[in-house]
Order: sequence, then C-alpha cells, then structure tokens
Amino acid sequence: MIADVWTVMWKEWKEIFLQRGSLRGGAWNLLLMIGVFGVFLPLQAGRSWVESPQGLIYWAWVPLFLVTSVIADSFAGERERQTLETLLASRLSDRAILSGKVSAAVGYGWGLTMAAMLVGLVTVNLAHGRGELLLYPAAVFGGIMGLSLLASGLVAGVGVLVSLRASTVRQAAQTMSIAIMLLLFVPVFGVQALPAEWKARLAQAVMGADVVQIVLVAAAVLMVLDLGLLAAAMARFQRARLILD
Amino acid sequence: MNDIAIHTENLTRDFSTVRAVDSLTMEVPTGIIFGFLGPNGAGKTTTIRLLLGLLEPTGGRAEVLGFDTRTQANGIRLRTGALLEHPGLYERLSAEDNLEFYGRVWHLPTNERRARIKELLTHLGLWERRKESVRTWSRGMKQKLAVARTLLHRPSLIFMDEPTAGLDPVAAAALREDLLALAAREKVTVFLTTHNLAEAEKLCARVGVIRQGKLLAVGHPDELRARSGAPRAEVIGRGFDEKLLALLRARPEVAAADLQNERLLIDLRGEADVAPLVSLMVSAGAEVEEVRKGKASLEEVFLTLMEEER
Repeated sequence: MIADVWTVMWKEWKEIFLQRGSLRGGAWNLLLMIGVFGVFLPLQAGRSWVESPQGLIYWAWVPLFLVTSVIADSFAGERERQTLETLLASRLSDRAILSGKVSAAVGYGWGLTMAAMLVGLVTVNLAHGRGELLLYPAAVFGGIMGLSLLASGLVAGVGVLVSLRASTVRQAAQTMSIAIMLLLFVPVFGVQALPAEWKARLAQAVMGADVVQIVLVAAAVLMVLDLGLLAAAMARFQRARLILD
Repeated sequence: MNDIAIHTENLTRDFSTVRAVDSLTMEVPTGIIFGFLGPNGAGKTTTIRLLLGLLEPTGGRAEVLGFDTRTQANGIRLRTGALLEHPGLYERLSAEDNLEFYGRVWHLPTNERRARIKELLTHLGLWERRKESVRTWSRGMKQKLAVARTLLHRPSLIFMDEPTAGLDPVAAAALREDLLALAAREKVTVFLTTHNLAEAEKLCARVGVIRQGKLLAVGHPDELRARSGAPRAEVIGRGFDEKLLALLRARPEVAAADLQNERLLIDLRGEADVAPLVSLMVSAGAEVEEVRKGKASLEEVFLTLMEEER
C-alpha cells in the first residue's frame, strides 16, 4: 500500500513540475512562489515577520493557495485528459489512488510553504537582522509547521471531493475558489454576526490564551475536519461512478 | 493453467432504461486472440468494463482467469492489462516515464522494469524517442506506446478496445502486425473489440458478434462463414443485365443473383458447379473476364447477422 501511494505521488509530482511543458518551466514556477512568499512579503513586513505571532495565520493561509492549484487537477484532470479509466483499470487500490493524490497535493503545498518560510527567515535576518539572529519562538514555529500541514490537508480534502465530481479542471478550479472563499470568510462573517457579548467573551478568551493553547485548539479543529473530509472522499471514490460520471 | 480465460453467464447490464449488455453467455479459451465484433453502441466497451470489474453487472455473472468480477475484481486487474477506448497516456510525461509509472504500479523490480521497457520500446521502434514528451507524438505512436504499457507487466490476458480506431491505414496495419507478433511472443490471451471486420478476420482465432447487447454468434471466422450458408460465385465482366439476372435466378442451383458495383454475385445452393452458369451467361451475350468461387467474407456474415436481427 505505501509503495503504491508513493508511486501515485511520484507520478503526480512529475505532472505538476511538467505542467508548463518542461522541468525548467516548473522550476521557474517554484522560484516565483518562493520569491513572493519567501522574499517579497518578508521584506515588506520587516522584523514583525518573525516576531509577531500573526505569522501563524499567514503560514496557515499560504497552503490554501498552493494546494488549490494542484488538487483541482487530481481527478478532473485525469478525466479531462482521458487517463482516468486506464488508471482505474490498473491493480492500484482505491485507497492507494486517493491517498497518493491527496499526499502529493499536501506534500507539494506544505513542502513549498516550509521552503518559503525558511527562505523568508533568511531574508528577514539578512535585511532586518541588525546583527541579531531572528528566529520564530518555538511555539510559533511548531504551530506554523503543524497548522500549515493540517491546512494543506483541509484544502486537499475539499479539493479531492470537488475534483471527483467535476468534469473539467476549470470547473473544479472554479468550485474550489468558491469553497476556499467560504472557508476563509464564513468564520470571519460568522464571528461578526455573533452578539456583542459573545464577541467580547471570545476576544477575551483569545487574548487570555497563550499561543500554544490557540495552536492546539486550531490543530484539533483542523484535524477533525481533515479526517471527516478524507472519509467523505473515500466514500465518494467508487470506480463505477467515476467511469460513468 | 485454466483453459478458459473468460466465462460469462447471462451477463447483463442496464443503464436506466437501456440494456447495454443483454444475457451475454460465452467462453473465451486461453491463449487466443478473441474478436468481439459489433457496431458502435453494441455493448462492446460496457462488456470490457464489466469483465474488468469496473462496472457491476445488473444480472448474471462473469469469471475472468477464474476470478469473479463482482467479488474478486482486484485479482482480475492484477493479472490483466487494458488498452481502453483512449490510449490513457500522461501527455506531460515522456514515453519512458509513462512506462516507468505503470512498471512501478505493477511492482516490477527496478532492473526488470528497465529491461522490460527497453525490450518493448525497441520492439515497437520507439526506444530512440523514449525521452520525448508524449504530447508531441502521432496517434499511431501513442497507440503503440499504449500497447507497450498494456503488456509491460506480462499479463496473461489483455483487453483491447478498438486499438486501431482513428489510425490511418498504414499505422493501423503496423499496429496489427505488432499486436500479432507480441501476442504470439508473450503467449497472451487477447480480448479485442473492433468494428473493423478485416482486422478481426486477420487477427482473431475466434470471434463473437454482438448487437444491441445481445450475442448473435460466436465461433472461428471460418465457422461463421460456413454457418452463413452455401458458397458464392463472384463474376467480373460486361453485359450483365436484368434479363441475364432473371435467367440465372430461374436456375435451380442458384439461390440468389445480384449486381453489386458491376460485379455479379451468385449465391449457390449446396456445392453447385459454376461452369454451366458461366456457359449460360456467355450464350446470353455476357463477356466473362473472371470467376471466383468461395465462401462469404466475415463482413458479409456480419451484415447478414445484423440484417437477421432487425
């Protein structure tokens, strides 16, 4: 099973890096991402890039953007390019195909996020370090690692469900954009809509809690959502249905 | 080794109100190329999907290599290869990477995988172009690569859904040659769907004819030709007119006589002799250039079967 998941990941990554026609095009794409998230934005933010706990929100948001572009292609792309039926006629199990595609998207999004974070750290130290070594506090660093991984899983879970149903990559990408907007804005507007008393209590709780507590609660919520979405995707993955769709 | 590669009993599949496969009962012996013939929409592709366990039958059952398609589909897919309606190649990847991926899927050890890829690509004349992205290739080359992928893991049975469809005559002939050579060398059973009857006649040791989901006939192409009736004479020449046709039709040994594209086709009763008919034609003023006596072609048998079912 693990070998099969790895095989699917190998193929997915090759396709991702070759989507611009050559490995050089794929490398430029990666460099552009790292340039934006790891150089340009940290230079704008200065020392607060490392010192402020708000970095947690930023790094949990970056994978949403990165994974969305990849996961929409997972099944809808295979269907559109007429490779899905041949893949389904192979010896790979449902679980291996699904896990391989989800892991490839998560690995891509999270790996790129980590690379951008490390480049960002170097950038801030070089540009704003003033002889000091600037590092994320341990809780923030752990939070960035964990939350960005779980956020990648969340988008991959939503994305795979969307991609399983979509008949074209464009349709999947459009639906994904709406899903991500909902993921981002429903909590924001949800909090706005709360009665003033509740909002005050919530703000008090957040201000009173330390970073570790916030990270743990966010991680627990994301974990539950990730597992739920994966279970839903597994239930939706039926070879006959995929072929007839 | 099981003598029967595929066995179906009343295999049926409905799509809402349409019956795509209707009580299909047949056997495909091991080690042959079996041709599954039928017009577009006859149920050929659905049958392959059922046999691979990709679709559940509505009724009946099927066994492939001794495995039940409903409960042991993984066992079937482990031992078979499939070239379906589309080549199913990853066009962003190179030819070598496409085979590398499927070699890994079938857990071929690294050295064996590399040797096998080289062997197949060399045999198909694609080795020198293995590093090229598949998207730049012609349809014929892609189809050859898809054949290589299908055979990569040395399956004992392969399914091929209209492998030469959409190819130009030269590419189709080349692919047929490759298929024949590879099937013989690999000793693999081939289940081939096609609506190209010349192809079936050339490749297949046994054929089944399907229409609207129903199996109309199954057997060796010669058996089907024999089953279609008595021998036929084809006469090429000049001066064939309605009067001559009426004279011929009046003869007891003639079952039917028709003009088709300036050729005179005479269906004979039993093993009738053609010589007296030629004399009759000449005496009636016709000029006979060539006379060929033989059985109906598979295409004629096929068309007859289609007509009978209407």
